[in-house]
Amino acid sequence: MSEIYISKEKFPEVVGQLMSHGRVFGPVFQGQFHEFARLDKPEDIDLSFQNTRLSPKDLFHPHSERMFTYSLAKDDPERSILKEAPKDYSPSVVLGIRPCDAKAFQLDDRNFDTETIKDPWWVERRKTTTLVGLACNDPCNTCFCTSMETGPFDASGLDVLMVDVGDGYVARSVTDKGKECLSTLKGVQTVPAQAAEKEAQAKKAAEESMGQVLDMKPIYEKNTLELFHDPLWEEVHFSCINCGTCTFVCPTCWCFDIQDEVQGDSGERLRLWDSCMFPLFTFHGSGHNPRSQKIQRVRQRFMHKLKYYPEKYKDGPACVGCGRCVKGCPVNIDIRHVARLMAASCSCPA
Amino acid sequence: MRNPYLPYPVRIESIVTETEDRNLKTFKFVFLNKEDEEAFKYTPGQFAELSVPGQGEIPIGIASSPTEKGFIMFTVNKVGRVSSFMHNMQEGDIMGVRGPMGNWYPWETLEGKNVVIVGGGFAFTTLRSSIVYMLHPDNRSRFGNIDVVYGARMPGLLLYKEELAAWEQRDDIGMHITVDSTDDPNWKYNVGFVPAVTKEKAPTAENSYAIICGPPIMIKFTLPVLTELGFPPERIISSLEMRMKCGIGICGRCNLGTEYVCKDGPVFTLQELAQLPNEY
Ligand code: SF4
Ligand code: SF4
Repeated sequence: MSEIYISKEKFPEVVGQLMSHGRVFGPVFQGQFHEFARLDKPEDIDLSFQNTRLSPKDLFHPHSERMFTYSLAKDDPERSILKEAPKDYSPSVVLGIRPCDAKAFQLDDRNFDTETIKDPWWVERRKTTTLVGLACNDPCNTCFCTSMETGPFDASGLDVLMVDVGDGYVARSVTDKGKECLSTLKGVQTVPAQAAEKEAQAKKAAEESMGQVLDMKPIYEKNTLELFHDPLWEEVHFSCINCGTCTFVCPTCWCFDIQDEVQGDSGERLRLWDSCMFPLFTFHGSGHNPRSQKIQRVRQRFMHKLKYYPEKYKDGPACVGCGRCVKGCPVNIDIRHVARLMAASCSCPA
Repeated sequence: MRNPYLPYPVRIESIVTETEDRNLKTFKFVFLNKEDEEAFKYTPGQFAELSVPGQGEIPIGIASSPTEKGFIMFTVNKVGRVSSFMHNMQEGDIMGVRGPMGNWYPWETLEGKNVVIVGGGFAFTTLRSSIVYMLHPDNRSRFGNIDVVYGARMPGLLLYKEELAAWEQRDDIGMHITVDSTDDPNWKYNVGFVPAVTKEKAPTAENSYAIICGPPIMIKFTLPVLTELGFPPERIISSLEMRMKCGIGICGRCNLGTEYVCKDGPVFTLQELAQLPNEY
């Protein structure tokens, strides 16, 4: 492991150094919100954010992505043969990603990167990207990461964890990839004792500021079918308008659609984010729809995150407590409340 | 590792209209590249994504048997955009196939057992694959009695009519073909619904497994008959259909609880299904 100190004064220069080695993405203030975007110049990055409105999943799993291209021209000998669309896999750094989002990608890896099947685009981008995270000194009131097996200073999904200590950043590598990234930087200092102290204080303060802690254990212990048939879904689904915002902003919602688009004689196959909140998601060609009812779709989303995923992979929920869905939902459906209802439905009356 | 979203290019070798209503056509495909054919190693019960550039992809059960070499075969019901487009395609046209996908009927478990196949309507495709596979000289001795109850609304809606007639002539398979009704005076086989015919023919449940595929209503009324005959849920096998996109357990839409129908299925025993949310 290596550790360095970057003063805020030097920071733009360090960003510039990273940019000279490859593509750098970071939180950029766009319109009313911070979003992850590619930096054109070092000053574009704005680390005075709580979290971005959208998760950075787009960097590995773009909202719409060209998979293949093909010709439909009658006289083309290659007619109807799909060709892989070129991609940019050059090395990149995501700078300022939050620990929860980085952790989310590890959860998503289980879906995209398995022993038998690998999603080539996700896997390749993950391989060539270095995640340089920024710890949360000031978590939002919608954050509940510490209940979801991560936290404001959780380094486990990152290659490097940076902590804002006032006049600068302490950056510690977590992986070899992170170590290598830090080793390329010039003009940085060793970590002053005082900065290390501030770092520990910031961590303590941030973790203590996380209010409630959810007890997820009863959910894991309860029988899936009982939870599935529990009347609680009647209450939970009632106000949902199936807008899909929750799945759109979520870093652990990876579902996608595949569509062909044709213009003239040339076509492309695209992959596009999709959502379990939409009736079309499961609509059979025959007209049958196994999740035709809103209650079924709402239940699917929460059950997948909090019950199916942990059961399938014998590991934590498919939620990192980033709170985006809580903030974004137009009718104030709150996954923390749902988790509590699910857990409460499980406690046996004494 | 090969890109799992990239279809193998195939040429349509032949198209046969199967049913009187012209809603079902059987497509035989030949791989453009020999090595793709070798890579496409499948087992009866599996499916593939048929990939039509410009239209999209549809998951369809493989109707040919791995014992049939040189081609793969699918019977496609005309329901949506891709299947309707395919019905207008011509022999010689190029398209794609991705797969094979999913699990298969449990052939190792079925070894030494009697196999009862119950099929209805157009859900007879992977069942055809299974019958051809079991009847192959290399395989026939691996199984006990084979009984087939196959029904359609009327004679003109049965699939693979010539093969059905040929199987009727054999003594190593008990064929029980039936139609709901017919005014054909030359109809040689049964008249009646699949559940009733299953009950009447009463294949033994002893040392037997049942594979059942068909419209939900047929399954609903046949399951009690199988239970009555003595088939326990772990020896009743079915195959599910779902809307699918990726076909490899990634795109997220075909789950029943923790299981993806495309990857962990489509073949499940009744006992397995009883443990899962019934969203199918
Ligand atoms: S479910 Fe909500 S809180 Fe959990 S990771 Fe997704 S957006 Fe964040
Ligand atoms: S954001 Fe809220 S209203 Fe919209 S689909 Fe999600 S839970 Fe329903």
